[in-house]
Amino acid sequence: MKYFKFLFIGIFFGIVLYKSEAVSWYRIYEMFRFQSFHMYGIIGTAIATGVIFLQISKKQHFKNLLGLEINVPKKEHGFIRYIVGGIIFGLGWALVGACPGPMYILVGAGVYSMIIVILAALLGTLIYGAVKDKLPH
Amino acid sequence: MEYILNPWPWYISGPLIALVMAVLLYFGKTFAMSSNLATMCSMAGAGKFIDFFRSDWKEKKWNLIVILGAFIGGFIAENYLSVETNTNLNLKTIGELNDLGFNKPGKSIVPDELFGFEAITSAHGLFILIIGGILIGFGTRYAGGCTSGHAITGLSSLQKPSLVAVVGFFIGGLIMTHLILPYIL
Repeated sequence: MKYFKFLFIGIFFGIVLYKSEAVSWYRIYEMFRFQSFHMYGIIGTAIATGVIFLQISKKQHFKNLLGLEINVPKKEHGFIRYIVGGIIFGLGWALVGACPGPMYILVGAGVYSMIIVILAALLGTLIYGAVKDKLPH
Repeated sequence: MEYILNPWPWYISGPLIALVMAVLLYFGKTFAMSSNLATMCSMAGAGKFIDFFRSDWKEKKWNLIVILGAFIGGFIAENYLSVETNTNLNLKTIGELNDLGFNKPGKSIVPDELFGFEAITSAHGLFILIIGGILIGFGTRYAGGCTSGHAITGLSSLQKPSLVAVVGFFIGGLIMTHLILPYIL
């Protein structure tokens, strides 16, 4: 029962991303060709709303379900991992047109070949874990 | 009902994505989808061989439940909340994609040329999906997040590392779309 709320928010997330067409390969292609405002509008308004929410929540000391103040974990310092890791992810994102959320949404929507991408992404994660200590971060 | 069945405009969808982030924060968690990949590796026992995955995955079970929900959400949206509509792509995009060999840009959610039966049963098509997946899995873990963790959560909380990561996402995306995609399709 305590997981029900996570199932519900996941369903909501899946519906929103599907209905916004953010899971469309074509929309991602169009975005990287700068031929449509659609994806920029989605990401831009999501961030703008998020900034406003987090600023208000900081000022008003909003509490979460556990009674603690709402808090976004700080990312570790660094540069190389963010730029290089970011570029590697960007290459994959533009190739298959899906990121780690939409992959599952698309399988649900009947794009079963996306399972291949998910398995490959697990392999990619595994490779990172194996070579992590040898990479600059 | 018509408003729900048609594709949703960006100015509705964007704030609703921020709402997902806010609700997860309220639940005491973070909106970061790519972490489910590492959780699954831990769950499958990768921690026995690789330290990075040696964590208590049961504590992260919630993010597997979220993606189970996302899967169900995709099913519901496709089967019950949509009418047959084309993605309203820029005509220039459609022309370009036709030139690249895509037959019906925007007529489906993903192109058959990459995800159809014929594509995934050819070595070339399979190779594209596998390479794409590996890049996504490796890149998100190296960068410590994806579109949700860095672009939405990280930028909303004004974190510099996330800005660097998002710049990286775009550099990678532009290189793929402009310099690589035209030659490998």
